[in-house]
Amino acid sequence: MEIYNSSNIKTFEFDALIIGGGGSGMRTSLELAKSGLKTAVVSKVFPTRSHTVSAQGGITCAIASDDPNDDWRWHMYDTVKGSDYIGDQDAIEYMCSEGPKAVFELEHMGLPFSRTESGRIYQRPFGGQSKDFGKGGQAARTCAAADRTGHALLHTLYQNNIKEGSNFLNEWFAVDLVLNQSKEVTGVIAFSIESGEVAYLKSQATVMATGGAGRIYSSTTNALINTGDGLGMSLRAGFPAQDMEMWQFHPTGIYGAGSLVTEGCRGEGGYLINADGERFMERYAPNAKDLAGRDVVARSMVLEILEGRGCGENKDHVFLKLDHLGADVLNAKLPGICELSRTFAGVDPIYNPIPVVPTCHYMMGGTPTNIHGQAYTQSNGADEIVSGLFSVGEAACVSVHGANRLGGNSLLDLVVFGRAAGLHIQESLKTGGGVSDASSDDINKALDGLNKLNASTEGYEVAEVKRELQSVMQNYFGVFRRGDFMEKGVAALQDIREKISNLHLKDKSLAFNTNRVEALELQNLFEVAEATAIASFERTESRGAHARDDYKERDDENWLCHSLYDPIQKALSKRDVNFEPAQVETFEPKVRTY
Amino acid sequence: MIDVNIYRYNPETDKFPYTQTYSIKKPEKDIMLLELLNILKEQDTSISYRRSCREGVCGSDGMNINGKNGLACITPISEVIKNNKIELRPLPGLPVIRDLVVDMTEFYAQYDKIKPFLQNDSVPPTEERLQTPGDRDKLDGLYECILCACCSTSCPSFWWNPDKFVGPAALLQAYRFIADSRDTKTSERLEALSDPFSVYRCHGIMNCVNVCPKDLNPNHAIGEIKSILLSNKKKQDIIISDGAN
Repeated sequence: MEIYNSSNIKTFEFDALIIGGGGSGMRTSLELAKSGLKTAVVSKVFPTRSHTVSAQGGITCAIASDDPNDDWRWHMYDTVKGSDYIGDQDAIEYMCSEGPKAVFELEHMGLPFSRTESGRIYQRPFGGQSKDFGKGGQAARTCAAADRTGHALLHTLYQNNIKEGSNFLNEWFAVDLVLNQSKEVTGVIAFSIESGEVAYLKSQATVMATGGAGRIYSSTTNALINTGDGLGMSLRAGFPAQDMEMWQFHPTGIYGAGSLVTEGCRGEGGYLINADGERFMERYAPNAKDLAGRDVVARSMVLEILEGRGCGENKDHVFLKLDHLGADVLNAKLPGICELSRTFAGVDPIYNPIPVVPTCHYMMGGTPTNIHGQAYTQSNGADEIVSGLFSVGEAACVSVHGANRLGGNSLLDLVVFGRAAGLHIQESLKTGGGVSDASSDDINKALDGLNKLNASTEGYEVAEVKRELQSVMQNYFGVFRRGDFMEKGVAALQDIREKISNLHLKDKSLAFNTNRVEALELQNLFEVAEATAIASFERTESRGAHARDDYKERDDENWLCHSLYDPIQKALSKRDVNFEPAQVETFEPKVRTY
Repeated sequence: MIDVNIYRYNPETDKFPYTQTYSIKKPEKDIMLLELLNILKEQDTSISYRRSCREGVCGSDGMNINGKNGLACITPISEVIKNNKIELRPLPGLPVIRDLVVDMTEFYAQYDKIKPFLQNDSVPPTEERLQTPGDRDKLDGLYECILCACCSTSCPSFWWNPDKFVGPAALLQAYRFIADSRDTKTSERLEALSDPFSVYRCHGIMNCVNVCPKDLNPNHAIGEIKSILLSNKKKQDIIISDGAN
């Protein structure tokens, strides 16, 4: 088929390009729609099909509805502690203090939040939440629309983008970044999935809002589309990724299916039991119990299973008990969970417990950015901004989640930093910021990968290689990790790389060729997986979600820092964590217990 | 063995659509139809369909299953294997792009037309606008729509007039904003629906209710819109006749 080059493809020019139509991308585009800048959202799916739609429990924010004395500083304390002290305190401060404004904006846009008797937004307790800097007991800080908060948020953002006249390139797939000779990002190569038309989307600012990559694991709560496309592109372009060893395993994925069961279930009073019917979290986290940090709960579950107290025939899961809450509460507060459980576990939680198991859920790592979404790289050990490249949401590592994200903080991250990036791009483009043009050679270079795949006449099957990749990640880089196992995993990935470079695209057609999309997605997954594997192997301590059997303790002396993965050298370096919030005293690292 | 009959059409190679039969060993445990399609796609990578969340919340994989619209990802195959066969066709009434993928432009255009966003003339407060739990309850059964188009593409009125009849999905959303105590454009919203086509082409045959994978009831919402329109009209008639006297 046709070999693409800069002279046989079209160029479309924009001021700002947002790759990804989920929560963070649409919050960015909403900000830019009002600016008069020529903007487009490039989304491989119609925006309301993005994975934000699957978020359930809510958006955590100190709006002081449940507790009139609630304080964003308490939320900040929880978030810093939850991150196991490698979240950047300037960014966490920004998110927690700007949060209420962002949540009220969503309400004004029409988001159908559940309500309290006084008519305010309903808030529920979530894991890792406290009052008065951990001294005042459990807080209820997660703003909810029943258990469909992500759906309500994503649709509300899409609706308001319609209102503001945002420009969408729906079902367009971004393949690779275009870089000019100064290594500035000048846009992307992309194609229309519907027609197959390939184009150079040229832009002064390119925002990666491409979400997570949970599909590197075989068991994940993530949608099939969560393939880390933005990160894949930036790693191939030679830009670094930060904290890639930090993957959150959500305690309650439905056993077998992987679908998420919100932490809100435990917030509303549900709890986990083992085969003996024991509420085992009382042993592991005497104070917070089932509402300890997600990493803590997930590890406790795995230990119960490893010690033979798992449920079911194979003793390989535990139960989430909800029936004591009663049908009224479940139907009003957790209707979506009841539906999912009936469909995917064959269990009605009104009567029986749901079989659950820790399941890959969230990528804390990503492209390192500042609070304006500007991507960083490093040169000679010093941070340097990548001109033209931005990243927001799960794809980014700003870093507000550090080594472990608190429930409800991801939706807040999306809207706070989506908005911040939009504001910054407006400001900088109006004051002359921007990038130089790319040459034909630069554009052709970004077309290489696509041309190679299109030209393949033999090679490896996409589905097979994907399964192989996922099983390596699942087996060697799961909840508990060990150096010698991970070494095997890293070696296995080296073999897979050869297959990734030689995938066979059997179907060469243009119109809605999902085979081509899946092959390119797999290449992105691989880049993310490799970064994860090397970072996990190199970080020789246990912190947050990264739990090593061979290095059981947190090592602040050597590892109170971000890890930075360099995709060219395939090596890990260290990057400082920010401990300098502007309005509050630094939260110093402490032993983390719940 | 079961036979999965799939509607095939690739605009680059096929003059006409055709049905291709895939014979496959019946999986030992009950799986969702989407998983079955994924297995078939490994054998024939050219089969095209949309999918994303695989748990019934994103609305990507609406298709016509044995003659009835539904979401493949939450339809267990045990429920749809009839005489060892499953028939899969694209959602009816919309142009086919390829195989099970339809062009949803007209469907989305109707959604855009009803102004699916909250409109409120007043300056927003610094905090949230208050809403009583009772008023918020009125949005239940409305806001949960996932825009999968199963309802509108099972509606003969939408097949006939996809450009003029708003269709059940978008009407459900029209009513979602009419019913929202925070929205101040109720009369404009109703006015925009008062022509003979937008809402009145619904004849209440309930296909939409029958197929909705989220158990929503567009027919009820449409009934509510019609009855408000009619009672407003009666009021207007009374005012006009009063004036004449």
